[in-house]
Amino acid sequence: MKVLVCISSVPDTTTKINFTPDNKSFVTQGVQFIINPYDEIALTRALELTEKDGGTVTVINVGDATTEPVIRKALAVGATDAVRVNAGPRDAFFVARQIAGYASNQNFDLILCGRESIDYNGAQVPAMIAELLGIPSVSVCKKLEIAGKTAIAEREIEGGKEIVECPLPMVVSASEGMAEPRIPNMRGIMSARTKPLAVVEPVDTPKNIEVIIYDKPKPRSEVKLIAPDKVEELVDLLHTQARVI
Amino acid sequence: MAKTDLFQSPDYYQIDELLTDEHKLVRNSVREWVKREVSPIIEEYAQRAEFPKHLIKGLAEIGAFGPYIPQEYGGGGLDQISYGLIMQEIERGDSGIRSTASVQSSLVMYPIYTYGSDEQRKKYLPKLATGEWMGCFGLTEPNFGSNPGGMLTNIKDKGDHVVLNGSKMWISNAPFADIAVVWAKDEEGVIRGLIVERGMKGFSTPETHGKWSLRASATGELVFDNVKVPKENILPNVKGLKGPLGCLNSARYGIAWGAIGAAMDCYDTALRYSKERIQFGKPIGAFQLQQKKLAEMITEITKAQLLAWRLGVLKNENRATPQQISMAKRNNVNMALEITRDARQMLGGMGITGEYPIMRHMMNLESVITYEGTHDIHLLITGMDVTGLNAFGG
Ligand SMILES: Cc1cc2nc3c(=O)[nH]c(=O)nc-3n(C[C@H](O)[C@H](O)[C@H](O)COP(=O)(O)OP(=O)(O)OC[C@H]3O[C@@H](n4cnc5c(N)ncnc54)[C@H](O)[C@@H]3O)c2cc1C
Repeated sequence: MKVLVCISSVPDTTTKINFTPDNKSFVTQGVQFIINPYDEIALTRALELTEKDGGTVTVINVGDATTEPVIRKALAVGATDAVRVNAGPRDAFFVARQIAGYASNQNFDLILCGRESIDYNGAQVPAMIAELLGIPSVSVCKKLEIAGKTAIAEREIEGGKEIVECPLPMVVSASEGMAEPRIPNMRGIMSARTKPLAVVEPVDTPKNIEVIIYDKPKPRSEVKLIAPDKVEELVDLLHTQARVI
Repeated sequence: MAKTDLFQSPDYYQIDELLTDEHKLVRNSVREWVKREVSPIIEEYAQRAEFPKHLIKGLAEIGAFGPYIPQEYGGGGLDQISYGLIMQEIERGDSGIRSTASVQSSLVMYPIYTYGSDEQRKKYLPKLATGEWMGCFGLTEPNFGSNPGGMLTNIKDKGDHVVLNGSKMWISNAPFADIAVVWAKDEEGVIRGLIVERGMKGFSTPETHGKWSLRASATGELVFDNVKVPKENILPNVKGLKGPLGCLNSARYGIAWGAIGAAMDCYDTALRYSKERIQFGKPIGAFQLQQKKLAEMITEITKAQLLAWRLGVLKNENRATPQQISMAKRNNVNMALEITRDARQMLGGMGITGEYPIMRHMMNLESVITYEGTHDIHLLITGMDVTGLNAFGG
């Protein structure tokens, strides 16, 4: 089986987010980047599936050269080879176009993505890739099994679960539970040194979306503690200051 | 239930920019592993004074055993900065676990690689790298600690083998080690290194109990009662005290990094606590006295990080002198120990409990500041280096 896993490079979950003075872009200086955690789940499942049934796992990332450490980690964890589309990931359509463009003549049996990236949370890329390639897609899956040329995926839905069957090739986006991410071991890190990482140039893509401004949530206001026996005071403050009653 | 390890590493001077992508990948992988495998269980093992043996396989996989030994012998083939970072991250978890890794790498694999024959390298190194065999290092004796040159353990030539007699004390990993690299004097009084295997008649390794420090590391004695050791187990390529001292250089270098890990863990814990703990209506971090402690901690950690990094560069170029290594070991371990003490006070009563790692680190570091050359001995090394005058006595 030939699997493509889409990985994006995102700020570490503990990053303090700051924007440039014009509030149009995110300041990356001093920020640690990691593989998007959902993509890491997808990658791990791809490795499990190919370890079981044989096959290869290619990882693809749309990003400039600064994302290479994240790609190397994916190789260290066990991916066979990697492709980097040399361009900043402008928006979801741009990314999907690049990935679909690369995948269109590679005969992948399965394209795995994370359910969303934890930085911009668009959750659009997987379905867009499928659409551009004209293949089915199932999103936000908690389980994925492959039997021959068919995938069985499990999705969580309100109050229960949904189990779907779908012929390959297809796109699946992974959610928590599909696999437990692995830590690269020493052998993996050493072998990642020499695994192929191809750099390809992006295909032209129309720009439909423009970011006008990023805005941080308002800082939380201070908490006022009121003694348990001062209910009157609480009611008064809710009425006169918070104006909620 | 085990608590989640929230550790975030301080990097006040963007020292990460001095590291390669591979260094960071190695470090982050070990950090993840420690969070997943060590932090949740270490307190319990330390309280029980038991070495978590089940970690051996994982330690081998993340490259803690012989990271700088060439790959053809099963090592990682990494550079010295990677080795340092691995030690830092493991000691961030626990100095005892780091001790096991230091001993295996620098005191067992290093001498076999550096002083051993090719047969010895091939026989031992691959199994030591995977943790299938664990090793220990016997230099210290009951009456010879800081002055190992006075050792009494000895070998007598009996043709195709030697007979080993004597005893070693305070030996990390001894209780479970499969092999011991032992230093003993021959009939001419020259120090030789030999590989003693568990199961050789007359060789025993009683465990040392009742330690208040490195409780998650097993320490013991090595007792040799007329042990017949084949001559092919003698390390052929070194004679004299420079043999064990060469190993110690490598281990001390790793400890200079390791101590930073313990210090970072205590700083990080105290910093987080200081923002959450409210007294007199404010988080304690808002009080100047507590800020002084935190500010001094991060200053000292930053200095220690730079010292270790520079030493690593010199070591990669084979230019680090033993005296430079002494300075870093002495400074960084002492720095860490002082930080544990301040951090412990910042946590008040909570600081003495096993809910937080600080007291464990503090007790551990009392060993670290003593083994591999005491704090005093390293000062004498620097003193002698700058004055040219020997103040060791004797
Ligand atoms: C937990 C633990 C694990 C260890 N693991 C190992 C191991 O794996 N292998 C191994 O071989 N050893 C090991 N050691 C032994 C360790 O290296 C020795 O304890 C250390 O070298 C000090 O020796 P000592 O304990 O005999 O102290 P001593 O040498 O008796 O020193 C006592 C005090 O006198 C001071 N002193 C000594 N000489 C001088 C001098 N000339 N001038 C001024 N002050 C001086 C010292 O600084 C110290 O403060 C371990 C020790 C511990 C505690």
